[in-house]
Amino acid sequence: MKENYLKQSWLVIVLALVFGVALAFVQTSLASRIEQNKLDLTLKQIPALVPGAAGGRQETISGKTVFQALDKSGRQVGWVVKGSGLGFADVIELLVGLNNDTDRITGMYVLDQKETPGLGNKIGEEAFSGQFAGKSSARPLVVVKGSASAGNQVAAISGATISSQSVTDIVNKTVQDIRPLLAGKSKRD
Amino acid sequence: MTDSGPSTLERFNNGIGAENPIFRQILGMCPTLAVTNTVKGAMTMAAAVAFVLICSNIIVSLLRNLLKPHLRILVFTLTIATFVTIADKLLAAFVPDMSRRLGPYVPLIIVNCIIIARCEVCAAKQGIMPAIGDALGQSIGNAVALLAVSSVREILGDGRWLGWTVYSSVPGTWESWSIMILPPGAFLTLGLLLGAVNWVIAAAKRPSVNQPAADAAAQAEPA
Repeated sequence: MKENYLKQSWLVIVLALVFGVALAFVQTSLASRIEQNKLDLTLKQIPALVPGAAGGRQETISGKTVFQALDKSGRQVGWVVKGSGLGFADVIELLVGLNNDTDRITGMYVLDQKETPGLGNKIGEEAFSGQFAGKSSARPLVVVKGSASAGNQVAAISGATISSQSVTDIVNKTVQDIRPLLAGKSKRD
Repeated sequence: MTDSGPSTLERFNNGIGAENPIFRQILGMCPTLAVTNTVKGAMTMAAAVAFVLICSNIIVSLLRNLLKPHLRILVFTLTIATFVTIADKLLAAFVPDMSRRLGPYVPLIIVNCIIIARCEVCAAKQGIMPAIGDALGQSIGNAVALLAVSSVREILGDGRWLGWTVYSSVPGTWESWSIMILPPGAFLTLGLLLGAVNWVIAAAKRPSVNQPAADAAAQAEPA
């Protein structure tokens, strides 16, 4: 019986091995490039997220990956932190820019989202995401319908209150989690 | 196993026209509905499907005399999954933008019925040349159909084609219909195009019953 099984299935076994080796080869030759693409996407946004920044450097602080925003002469001008959480449709990934003292948000950029096209996906547009720049990080941000009046308010996108709320929650959580870790870590010399 | 069946050229032509995977076989509906809100996304998907289809057809055709009837689907799936994984990695490495846009729909090519159908119908029964002709024809037929659906959706829904501005919305006079880039727009467009293509084929057949006119009909793209 045993021989019979092998006779029947040898092609599947051989193919699985051959294909497995082929995939391992593809993976090893492309993995570094794919990782680099992901990193580039983040680094490319840093100048837009932190005023005065020309580039950035990845760093690990207390097990968390953060990005130092550096100006042309290599001095640190702020931080960029990645955050993620559930949106209306799927997980939203975003970047938050903070100044050196981490008491002010300097920018927000949506990296990845699958919100409703035409409504929720406006979270990536300047009209919404631009509101985060300049906000104090001491108090949590609050979403309001219509136009924002107080300092810690963010105006929701009309027709996409849940997406707006999700983004604001993610920003609040990201900032709260990272601030204690970054305290006194800025290298400003 | 004998290699009888349609010739390479017949296989190629059938894929574009008479056996067009989208408009005639109604296969591969998931990507046709899900990734056709931009022409660029649809064309990237068509290219990825073409890569997987051609490679899988070649491998299956080469292995066709070794296939056991009850294990053949396993071999097809194994082959397809391998090439889909390669395509996914290639997209992520070289066109990360499109890879991010298409998201889960690239790995989902594994369950795209167009490919497994071609392995079963053609590659498992015929030699390598008909198998390649078949894969090329089906890939082009698939690309033409995705191009048609995505063109309608992107132009009506966003006022653009392949990212180029076709018209600008004038509030109150003519605005782009955002429903066309939302899921209902996919069903509307596909349904109307399916109807149009089949109506043209039926109309072309009417005057002379014996004249196979499907090829001409399939090239009749709606404006």
